[in-house]
Amino acid sequence: MASLIDLANPTRFMRLSAALLPWFAAAAAVFLAVGLYLAWFVAPADYQQGETIRIMFIHVPAAWLAMMFYSMMAVSAFGTLVWRHPLADVAQKAAAPIGACFALVCLITGALWGKPMWGTYWVWDARLTSVLVLLLIYLGIIALWRVLDEPLRAARAVAILTLVGFVNVPIIKFSVDWWNTLHQPASVLRMGGPTIHPSMLWPLLILAIGFTLFALALHMLGMRAEIMRRRVRTLTILEAERLDRLAAQGAAA
Amino acid sequence: MRRAFLAILKRDLALASRAGGGGELALVFFLTLVVLVPFALGPDLNLLSRIGPAILWLGALLSVLIGLDRLFQSDEEDGSLDLIRASALPLELAVLSKGLAHWLTTGLPLALVSPLLGLLVALPGEGVLPLIATLMVGTPALSFIGAGGAALAASLRRGGLIVPVLVAPLTVPVLIFGVSAANAALGGTVPFLTPFLILCAISLMAIVVGTIAAAAALRSAD
Repeated sequence: MASLIDLANPTRFMRLSAALLPWFAAAAAVFLAVGLYLAWFVAPADYQQGETIRIMFIHVPAAWLAMMFYSMMAVSAFGTLVWRHPLADVAQKAAAPIGACFALVCLITGALWGKPMWGTYWVWDARLTSVLVLLLIYLGIIALWRVLDEPLRAARAVAILTLVGFVNVPIIKFSVDWWNTLHQPASVLRMGGPTIHPSMLWPLLILAIGFTLFALALHMLGMRAEIMRRRVRTLTILEAERLDRLAAQGAAA
Repeated sequence: MRRAFLAILKRDLALASRAGGGGELALVFFLTLVVLVPFALGPDLNLLSRIGPAILWLGALLSVLIGLDRLFQSDEEDGSLDLIRASALPLELAVLSKGLAHWLTTGLPLALVSPLLGLLVALPGEGVLPLIATLMVGTPALSFIGAGGAALAASLRRGGLIVPVLVAPLTVPVLIFGVSAANAALGGTVPFLTPFLILCAISLMAIVVGTIAAAAALRSAD
C-alpha cells in the first residue's frame, strides 16, 4: 500500500515507469519469442482439431487479458471514487483501449477457430455473446472518455460506468458452466487442475505471461502518454490565461 | 422529505404532459418501429406472430432509450438540478422520483398500448396479457438503468447518442428474460413464471443500482 501512495506523485511514477518500461518490454519480447516458437514448432497438433489448435495460444491469453484489464479498470475506478488516487483515472483511461483490443483479438481468433471446428464464424453462444457485450462496454467507456472534456469530471463518470459494467465479468467467466452451450468449459483455471496436456499447457502459460508483460508495458506507455497529455493541457490553459492577462493589461494601459 | 419527493414527481409529470416531446413521442416512435419491421421482413403473418413478442420488446427498449438523454440534461440547463442537489432531499430519492416519473410517462404507456401494436404483428390472444405484464415489470429496469446512463451524460453539450450506447449493453438481461417470459406464455417447455420472476428480480435490482449510480454520477458532476 505504501508503494501505491508513493506512486501518487506523477513525477515519481514517471521516473519509476521510465526505468521499468524497457525491462517489461524486453521480458515480453523474450517470453513471446519463446512461447511462439514452442507454439508453432514444438507443441503437437491436436489429434482431433489438427493444426487449428494453435489458434488457442493467441485466443486464450487474449480472453484472459480482456477480462484482466476490465478487472484492473474496476479496481482503478474504485481508486478514483473512494481513495481519490490521482493516478487511478490515468490507469483506467490507458487500460480501456488495450482491453478493448484484446477483446477484439479474442473474438476474431475465436471466429477463425470456430469456422473449421464448429462450421461457423459466429454462434449466439453464452460465452461469445458475453465477450461481445464486454467489447461493447469497452467501446462505451472509450466513447464516454472522448465526449467529456474535463479530465477529472470524466474520470468520475467513467469510474461509475466501469463499476456498473463489471457485472459482466463474472458472467463471462462462469457462462460456460451456467449455460451448457457450444463453447467448451474452462480447461486451465479450474478446480482439480488443468485438463489440458502439459505439451500444450506450457507454451500456453509462457505465451500468457508474455502477452501479460506486453500488455502491461503498453499500459505503462499509455499512462505515461496520458500524464504528458495532461501536462500539455495544463500548460496550454496556463499560457492562454497569461496571454489573456497581458491583453487585459494592454487594454487597460 | 416526502413533500419534496412528490413535488419533483408532480413537476416531471406536468412537464411531460404539457411541454411535449416526452412520453407521447416515445409512443409514436414505438409505433413507427413496429410498423417498419413488416416492411423489412415481408408481411408473412406466421413469421410475424412467432417473433411478435421479440419485436414489441425491442421496440419498447429502443423507445425508452431514445429519449433518455434529456432526463437530467434539461434540469442541468435551467439550473433546477442545482436546486435539487442543494435541497434536504437525498439525491438518491430525487433520482428515484425522476425515474418513477419517467417510467409513468414512458414505460407504462408503452406497456398499455402494446396489445394494439400486437395486432399489427398478429400476436395470438393468449399472449397479450403476459406481454403487458412483462413490459409492465420490465420497463422500470430500463428506466432506471437508463437513468444511470443519463446522469453520466447530464452535463454534455453534444453526443446525444452516447446514452443509448452506454445503456444498451447493460439492458441485455432485461431483454433476454422479458422476451423469454413473453414467449413462454405462447407455449414451450419453460413455464411462464420462471423467466417472469427473474425479470421482476432484475427490475428490483436495477431500481436500486440505477438510483445509486445515477445519484453518484450527479454528485460527481458538480
